[in-house]
Amino acid sequence: MSKKAAPLDYLARWPLRLWLVLVAIFLYAPLLTLIAFSFNDSRRNIVWQGFTLDWYGAVFNDTDLLAAFGNSLTIAAISTVVSLILGALVAVACWRFRFPFKPMFEGALALPIVVPEICMGVAMLVFFSRVMPWPDDLPWPFSLGAIIIAHISFSFPFVAVIVRARLASFNRELEEAAKDLGASEWRAFIDVLVPHMKPALIAGALLAFTLSLDDFVITFFTAGPDTVTFPVKVYSMVRFSVTPEVNAASTLLIVVTVLLTAIGLRMQGKDVAKMEGGQ
Amino acid sequence: MAEPLIRIEGVSKRFGDFAAVDNVDLAINENEFFALLGPSGCGKTTLLRMLAGLEVPTEGRILIDGQDMVGVPPNKRPVNMVFQSYAVFPHMTVEQNVGYGLRIDGVAKAERAQRVSEALGLVKLDGLEKRKPDQLSGGQRQRVALARALVKRPRVLLLDEPLSALDAKLREAMRSELAIIQDKVGVTFVMVTHDQDEALAMACRCGVMNKGVLQQVATPSDLYEYPANRFVADFIGSVNLFEGRLVRDEASEALIEAEGARIWVDHGVTGAAGGTVWAALRPEKIELHHREEGAPPPAPAGTPDGANLLAGTVRHYSYLGSETVYEIEAAGGRMVKVLRSNVRRYEDRGFDYDQPVWLSWSPQSPAVLLS
Repeated sequence: MSKKAAPLDYLARWPLRLWLVLVAIFLYAPLLTLIAFSFNDSRRNIVWQGFTLDWYGAVFNDTDLLAAFGNSLTIAAISTVVSLILGALVAVACWRFRFPFKPMFEGALALPIVVPEICMGVAMLVFFSRVMPWPDDLPWPFSLGAIIIAHISFSFPFVAVIVRARLASFNRELEEAAKDLGASEWRAFIDVLVPHMKPALIAGALLAFTLSLDDFVITFFTAGPDTVTFPVKVYSMVRFSVTPEVNAASTLLIVVTVLLTAIGLRMQGKDVAKMEGGQ
Repeated sequence: MAEPLIRIEGVSKRFGDFAAVDNVDLAINENEFFALLGPSGCGKTTLLRMLAGLEVPTEGRILIDGQDMVGVPPNKRPVNMVFQSYAVFPHMTVEQNVGYGLRIDGVAKAERAQRVSEALGLVKLDGLEKRKPDQLSGGQRQRVALARALVKRPRVLLLDEPLSALDAKLREAMRSELAIIQDKVGVTFVMVTHDQDEALAMACRCGVMNKGVLQQVATPSDLYEYPANRFVADFIGSVNLFEGRLVRDEASEALIEAEGARIWVDHGVTGAAGGTVWAALRPEKIELHHREEGAPPPAPAGTPDGANLLAGTVRHYSYLGSETVYEIEAAGGRMVKVLRSNVRRYEDRGFDYDQPVWLSWSPQSPAVLLS
């Protein structure tokens, strides 16, 4: 290069470009391999034989897999909604009020984030078999109850932490202004506080949704024979043989999550820009 | 005079042992532009927030329009506020911001639109209805906050440091504009400020607060010319304070012996004979004369020989264009501030560093303070 790079032109320097490429390979090579081999015309996943869409056909004909996929999405959707409400309310309570043992309460809240998943899983297993057995003859969405409760218990603290952080930047005068203009506590909360929390709510929802969707360990301990989720199903398929059908199913899941994340980030980006600019 | 619109009776606000507002009594009249003035932390904002209902008094009561406001939440008071941060809702357009209070009150859509556009016209924001707050300047955001409060037609408009976040030029313009708006809408304005110029320029009456206690309530000129105590004299404008003993106290004259100066006053000082008093002398009320070897000192009219006269030396001066502020060292090392208007462009024999001077003042210039 003849021109000298300006201090901020990081990418004009070749070692940095190389580094960037290496990082990208490190991050995305396994995923790209997975996606590529989902189009492989072979029963085995190792050698490339030719292009085919058969495995996607197989996925859509595999009723067990589709049921597991449906279970996963249902569990994720319900646990996201409940975690969102619960987490947001906990965050508001911690931000707004002083009460006895508050530091302990806040510490206990973060526990599910730090406790190893395997411990949570075993705990859930014991809880649902000894303390509160979940009836196993319930109709479909209700049969997922145990898994949903388990997912909520590890998702909502994430929502609470994110929303709590967002609330720290709230200008209390906005709420006072709303009340001064005639709003009740509730109206002020809905009209002013919730819009401020919105970016955090979107981030929290995304996180709760993906946490639930790809959780294996805790679900493994709480799922029954009729309530198999997608990760648990994939695991059992892999135990027999790794066919490109698993790749195809995983690719579909990746597409779903990437799409959701993109939508979420887009909503959030717009909102944050607006809020920050307004202050 | 008619019954005052706002009555504050024995109001205190304590946070633990600390009294933010200490037993304040105050009456504010209909259509008045009242300013609460004081240094930061003096309790003026707390008092304003108690009027808004955002803070509950520990003691005492507040009556607005004859109605006891204790226990009335902010959303039920005939009062609206312009917050220091303006608190314009960032996710709403200008129009939605201004219409918010009316929407809450259930005002019909057509009337709402009518009143919002009137309010926006009043604060000169027409044409910006669809803008979001992040597309507005600080001054425009303040106007939104003002319109949003006024559109509800409150009995009282509360303003918390309304001009402090604006730049100097805009602040000046906003001062007169706020006064004009107040005149137009005829609403009682209660403003909190730490800026004495702002308070003096805009308000009909000012209340000066310090450490939670209301020090004096008076018109701007009375605050300046007849301060109630040393705090007010010092806080409003600049002042030379002479501590001394009242040695003579008649009905129409008094004499104070203070730090090398004899201060003669053309009125009596009630109830302080022999005690310690303070004479407050404003810098612009002191005259400067050249002091030359052999020449007689000036004799201020209406004073006995040697009174209201100080010998000194110019130590420093600041030329400010319209005026010059001199710092004179008098006998005993005491510094005295003197302000001189630069009335003439030339022919004016100015005063330079280290020049010997006489200071003199008329017997009606000093304000005698008892505390």
